Amino acid sequence: MELCAKAFKFGDDINTDYVISGKYKFKSNDMDELAHHAMEELDPNYYERVSPNGGILVAGKNFGMGSSREQAPLVLIHSNTYAVIAKSFARIFYRNAINTGLPVVECDTDLIDEGDELKIDLEAGVVTNVTKGIEIPFAPLPPVMAKLLADGGLAAHFKKYQGFNL
Amino acid sequence: MIRIAAKTIAEKIFSNHSGTDAYAGDIVIADIDFAMSQDGTSALAIDAIEDMSGGRIFDPNKVAMVMDHSCPSPLEGVSAIHDKIRKFGEKTGITVYDWGCGVCHQLVPESGKIVCGDLVVGCDSHTCTYGALNVFSTGVGSTDGAATMIAGKLWFKVPETVRVNFYGQIPKGVFSKDMILYLAGQLGTDGATYKALEFHGEAIEALSVDARMTISNMAIEVGGKAGLMEADEKTLAFFAKHSTRTPAPVFPDEGATYCQTIDIDVSQIGPQIAKPHSVDNVCPIEEIAGLKLAEGYIGTCTNGRLEDLAIAAGILEGEKISKDCRLVVAPASRDIYLEAMEAGYIQTLVKAGACIVTPGCGPCVGTHNGVPSNGENVISTANRNFKGRMGNSNAFIYLASPATVAASMIEGRIADPRAYLN
Repeated sequence: MELCAKAFKFGDDINTDYVISGKYKFKSNDMDELAHHAMEELDPNYYERVSPNGGILVAGKNFGMGSSREQAPLVLIHSNTYAVIAKSFARIFYRNAINTGLPVVECDTDLIDEGDELKIDLEAGVVTNVTKGIEIPFAPLPPVMAKLLADGGLAAHFKKYQGFNL
Repeated sequence: MIRIAAKTIAEKIFSNHSGTDAYAGDIVIADIDFAMSQDGTSALAIDAIEDMSGGRIFDPNKVAMVMDHSCPSPLEGVSAIHDKIRKFGEKTGITVYDWGCGVCHQLVPESGKIVCGDLVVGCDSHTCTYGALNVFSTGVGSTDGAATMIAGKLWFKVPETVRVNFYGQIPKGVFSKDMILYLAGQLGTDGATYKALEFHGEAIEALSVDARMTISNMAIEVGGKAGLMEADEKTLAFFAKHSTRTPAPVFPDEGATYCQTIDIDVSQIGPQIAKPHSVDNVCPIEEIAGLKLAEGYIGTCTNGRLEDLAIAAGILEGEKISKDCRLVVAPASRDIYLEAMEAGYIQTLVKAGACIVTPGCGPCVGTHNGVPSNGENVISTANRNFKGRMGNSNAFIYLASPATVAASMIEGRIADPRAYLN
């Protein structure tokens, strides 16, 4: 799978409260509605900026720390965020992202700036920074995660095999 | 890979639940003893269960959904979620805890449905709390929770373990909250990501079960998958009170492999404060004492237990909270609320000027029960101080022990509790 879009850059230790605040999460179970508040704590215009043409969220270390809320990857998907690239991820967010079908890539993000045109080749394990003309390699997903993502997330996998088939 | 016999607590529990000889790094599919979700995660879990299985649950006796994050409902949207949980409970026969029962991480251990050696998942990141009871418990998202509730199984990567030895005598005015905040300051918010923590040492042995749960609760704040402790007579007494099941304590083997060992002399630490907006932004109380406060909060799955209320009441007995402050108190469960009333703690707190709110999460998650105003400083016994956590992005949250919060409410400023303890 190849994903192409502009980079939307954030820093280290972005917690899931910042991806979607608890005060909104209880107001609605409609992810399209909640998506308007994605990343609002750090960038009140994130949804308006990313949703028209899609984007790739780029961050530093420990992206998605904190709460187990699956609304976090879901509001990113519903805001037209194609993938998240970070130096490292917190455990629960990482699983939730794969389970809901949001590609997550762990690599060095220092060579990516806001607005850079990116291309992600998930199978080859390469992020190409088209703007800067550089390639950033990354280790492919562990086989279990790759299978879940290829099946379209955990729910689709579970339905396909009537249980786990990892 | 060379296989050695000695195992950590995590490796033993995953071996016992997967029928394999499991070591760190292995992928296993493990049987789950109990699964839970709360009102912030249940709606997505119910949708996923309906989608994946048409509403089938592997064993209704081993599944619970808890309304705790926003109870009684302050909004139509929350009411709709709660209604959905009740109807799902009627349909499937799972246990549903409605308004006022308490916080999921107090109710699940109190229910007696989990015991030492169990493997538990919950759709809430602080599910790691039960590690204090020698249970491998960890937080998952709603779809993982749904798959577990349907299949009674989930896949895991067996984690490496960080061993933390808390040794020395705990000084006056220092509590388990100070110990875990100190560790968070040392490790950072990703210091144990993908790893289990094992807490050992005489300072852990000296703590009550209530106090131990505070430490395991915050394992996730350093990225930990679990915060495990050994079982002792206090653990077994807890289960004898709450459960009819027979606990099967799991101890680490001599020579088990730890990816890191951290030794902390608790006799050298004092009360700690985590400053905004990160749990690892920790300093000794002396550095921040005197900071003006507007609100205090005693409660949550971290510090809303009977011992916490007793400590707060001990400090606030015969005192009044500062006229510049509001204090919110949320007992962690209805049973704790009743015990605290019988012991007179609630009367003491109310006389001092506290607002007692419904057992549950209280104002921790920013949905109700005390949203701070712009620019206000809050001191709280909760586990997170992220920007906007309590519902206002322009407020500042400081984390501390119940003793520190109680002392600070008297002065209206961050105050050292040691001056108030005999």
